[in-house]
Amino acid sequence: MNAKHSEAAARFIQNRALEEWHNETLFLVRKKRDSQAITLPEWEQLRQLASQIKMHTITHLDKYLEQFALRAEANGAIVHWAKDAREHNEIIHALLRERQVGKLVKSKSMLTEECHLNPYLISKGIEVVESDLGERILQLMNKPPSHIVMPAIHIKRQEVGKLFEEKLHTEKGNSHPDYLAHAARLHLRNEFLTAAAALTGANFGVAATGDVVVCTNEGNADMGTSFPKLHIVSMGIEKVTPDYQALSVFIRLLARSATGQPATAYTSHYRKPRKGCEMHIILVDNGRSDIIGNPDHIQALKCIRCAACMNTCPVYRRSGGYSYTYFIPGPIGINLGMLKSPGEYAGNVSACSLCYSCNNVCPAQIDLADQIYKWRQQLDSLGKADRTKKLISGGLKYIFTRPGLYNTALRLAPIINKSPRFLIYNNLDAWGKGRELPAFAKESFTQMWKKGKIKQHP
Amino acid sequence: MPHATFGLFVPCYVNALYPEAGVATWRLLEYLGVDADYPTGQTCCGQPMANAGFEREAVPLVKQFHSLFARYDFIITPSASCAVFVKEHLEEMNGRLYEICEYLHDVAKVETLPGKFAHKVSIHNSCHGVRKLRLSSASERMEPHYSKLKKLLYMVEGIEVVEPANADECCGFGGMFSIEEPAVSVCMGHDKLKNHLATGAQYITGADSSCLMHLQGIARREKMPARFIHIAQILAAGL
Repeated sequence: MNAKHSEAAARFIQNRALEEWHNETLFLVRKKRDSQAITLPEWEQLRQLASQIKMHTITHLDKYLEQFALRAEANGAIVHWAKDAREHNEIIHALLRERQVGKLVKSKSMLTEECHLNPYLISKGIEVVESDLGERILQLMNKPPSHIVMPAIHIKRQEVGKLFEEKLHTEKGNSHPDYLAHAARLHLRNEFLTAAAALTGANFGVAATGDVVVCTNEGNADMGTSFPKLHIVSMGIEKVTPDYQALSVFIRLLARSATGQPATAYTSHYRKPRKGCEMHIILVDNGRSDIIGNPDHIQALKCIRCAACMNTCPVYRRSGGYSYTYFIPGPIGINLGMLKSPGEYAGNVSACSLCYSCNNVCPAQIDLADQIYKWRQQLDSLGKADRTKKLISGGLKYIFTRPGLYNTALRLAPIINKSPRFLIYNNLDAWGKGRELPAFAKESFTQMWKKGKIKQHP
Repeated sequence: MPHATFGLFVPCYVNALYPEAGVATWRLLEYLGVDADYPTGQTCCGQPMANAGFEREAVPLVKQFHSLFARYDFIITPSASCAVFVKEHLEEMNGRLYEICEYLHDVAKVETLPGKFAHKVSIHNSCHGVRKLRLSSASERMEPHYSKLKKLLYMVEGIEVVEPANADECCGFGGMFSIEEPAVSVCMGHDKLKNHLATGAQYITGADSSCLMHLQGIARREKMPARFIHIAQILAAGL
């Protein structure tokens, strides 16, 4: 599979009303971020600090992970190490099977998406219930997330109303947000009460204390973990952070960058199991340690999954999350997808105009656009380069390395201005699909210079 | 700097499509007492190929650039994007190669310009101009607001300067992005044009003719009443 972002994006844009709504809604989130960020005079210093702390931590992971695991176990949690998605899924399945868990309630976790945990557990006969509202809506629709913080941002409330009519038996035609949220709350309450195990992701793991920190706005992680006897945490190894001081930097940046809130409604610290209960933390590598050894792309590991790069990306906003083949879209998703499997996800690398907005919005100062530029240099050797671009690049080089030829071309170019339209605007010409070609000047600058017309000016 | 030598770098597409931007740049330098040279062997800096993923095709062009321009103390160009590309690939060009507005503002430190341009213009902030050359503050960064382009434009008599909504959002050109992702590219350009036109400006101006070329292509196709002019032409008005 090597679907092209450009083709999926063109289909998305065909529904212009939806595209405009998607674009404007996400840009509004970007603007909310701006209005929060500006309230902190030290914003740019915080970004710098966050970048430095992350780089320090991911280059000293041996130390911090060991410290984290020791602390967590001293607190009474049990720590598991998973080298890949398969081990991660098997550990979780074994925990659930041994305790005869029939239903697992989850809060939002991109790592479990990455590991394809839900389909795996469902195939083993376990009922899996997403409890983040957006994730639950998508689960009931059998669709993947299109954004990593607002997973159902592409779905309008009228669609949710229809879905709830069918699945939760709500009133016909009622898609009032309050009504739908209330219906979801009633529905999820029952799931919280009847699940035998809870799974959460981890925004951060604090090495000094062994805390797992989860940020939510709905409180669903806390609801989920308050009843069952088993709490499982899926945590990527890059999520470890040295101590509370370091954590405070990220907490100040995360919600402001993500949704334009000063903080998420809930910042929950899970340190030890409740009395008579169990807490298991699974530390997952799944390719992360390979990235540490990749100097061009190591910075991708600084990501705190705030999605600010998606909200600011002019391409993401106009093409939607499903136009990307990796489960994480936008600038960070292009890079993480390529790190996962270049052969599979090369079709996303075109989704960038190199505007560098992402680099400047990222709270951890990841060099997102620079990395995309670097991937592009590798596409040809992977056999994934766009043929038109390759042809043009080769042709341009041929002309531009031959100044004589170039100058002849400059002299002859104005003829094109008078060519018949069908010769210029045809199916082979991507430029002409929505644009007229520029007209060549009657005389190029070089011609004018050679004729002495530039200096002759009085 | 009476003894400094100057080379004028007119990027390939400016040379062929918008030579008037090159002429205006030369005039501005002349106004400052500079007799800039124009090495006629120049072609392209290589940026289009490199951004498309063919940096290796660009390498000989960067070398060619070096052999033509290394002899000048200063190299001036009417393109922010090309200036950035060359500087990122030829370290020794830092502090020597300048986009014309950058040169006028930072090096020549002009305070006045003699021209008159009695029109309302909307500034097109190009991505590489804003986020690479830092010709103006970037909206993502929490830094004091500034715009070198605006400051220079206000030196021209009679001008009214405005900026579109989302003033530094990308217009969707992006070099070969425009042909590999034509649907998104045109959509971005269309939105940008709408924002420019909503200001009521008579002209759209900027430091990168490449963005303007893309917007002009859309405006012509969609019959939108937009007029474009390179910023050097406004600054050189009356010269």
